[in-house]
Amino acid sequence: MEQYLSLAVKAIFVENMALAFFLGMCTFLAVSKKISTAIGLGISVTLVQTITVPANNLILTYLLAPGALAWAGFPDVDLTFLGLISYIGVIAAIVQILEMVLDKYFPPLYNALGIFLPLITVNCAILGGSLFMVERDYNFGEASVYGISSGFGWALAITAMAGVREKLKYSDIPDGLQGLGITFISAGLMAMAFMSFSGVNL
Amino acid sequence: MAQTYRDMLVDPMVDNNPITLQVLGICSALAVTSSLKVALVMAIAVTLVTAFSSMFISALRSQIPSSIRIIVQMIIIASLVIVVDQALKAYAYEISKTLSVFVGLIITNCIVMGRAEAFAMKNPPIDSFIDGIGNGLGYGLILMMVGFIRELFGSGSLFGITIMPTVNNGGWYVPNGLLLLPPSAFFVIGLLIWGFRTWKPAQVEEREYRIQTVEAH
Repeated sequence: MEQYLSLAVKAIFVENMALAFFLGMCTFLAVSKKISTAIGLGISVTLVQTITVPANNLILTYLLAPGALAWAGFPDVDLTFLGLISYIGVIAAIVQILEMVLDKYFPPLYNALGIFLPLITVNCAILGGSLFMVERDYNFGEASVYGISSGFGWALAITAMAGVREKLKYSDIPDGLQGLGITFISAGLMAMAFMSFSGVNL
Repeated sequence: MAQTYRDMLVDPMVDNNPITLQVLGICSALAVTSSLKVALVMAIAVTLVTAFSSMFISALRSQIPSSIRIIVQMIIIASLVIVVDQALKAYAYEISKTLSVFVGLIITNCIVMGRAEAFAMKNPPIDSFIDGIGNGLGYGLILMMVGFIRELFGSGSLFGITIMPTVNNGGWYVPNGLLLLPPSAFFVIGLLIWGFRTWKPAQVEEREYRIQTVEAH
């Protein structure tokens, strides 16, 4: 239990997807103008991340890893080189299914999140989460915890960023720094603030 | 085609730079720039993937049904990235370790997708190939500039060769440790954008609110 808690804290604060690894930056910068949209996107990312990381973990363990195909009679086959294409396929498929399920059973949620879901397929935070899971050799339990907490960390970062930007639009900024420039610099300051979490261990 | 090949190659570097103007492909731009060598490898990899994926997608553009085009584009891009990833693992293992997940993340790099969607689906293969090279170079240019600043002032070296001997090694330069940490990448790119936009005022964004000045009577 303890190791899961420490993994979660690490994924949310210390190794924040957006601010420490810069994953999902394109959407992070593009969709953080208003708090309400930022929260919507944050929830969608958390949701997709929670499903895709464990799903990709299963794909890796039972199909791709060296010797994983022993149950099918191919103990010597190593398909890890197909990893990238399988993960992105799984992500695209899950996003598509999620969209359909939400549309059918939870129409209000679909109306709120609908426009963000297609964007999520190409969000690096999602693929990045799966790739970190592979690189760090997480087992299924760890992958599930990592998925939900890294998604939550990303949601936290984009919501905070949107809060900062909502205030920022009233301030007098030099012309060249207007828009993208000042957003980068404030993201940098936020990243520095998040760095103070490093070393926190539970 | 009104644009010449030269324009197509040069335009994305300054006037229509993917990072500073189109806000594409930021993720990797920030993460891999703490040393120049890694930034160079990343820039080459992205340029190759963008150019070839644009070319293949453009060659297939009349065969791809528009309802599943995203998936088809993804598969073409993912296959090319796998080739790059395997090549790096075979010939430059150390660098591929440093780049870790960021090679895989070229798949979701918005530059590759963006060019496939915006340019390759409408133009012939050779044009798309050159457009891909141009955008890759525009991306590489920013990457190299950020890498240059971060490595030179962060550890006093370029490509791993010492330029300014640091105090630790008996030299005179006190390295700025902040530049090796992630947040500095945000600052460096933010300031670069400021510089670019001061040089080319046409890129300045419209402000949403203007501060009203009250005239003295």
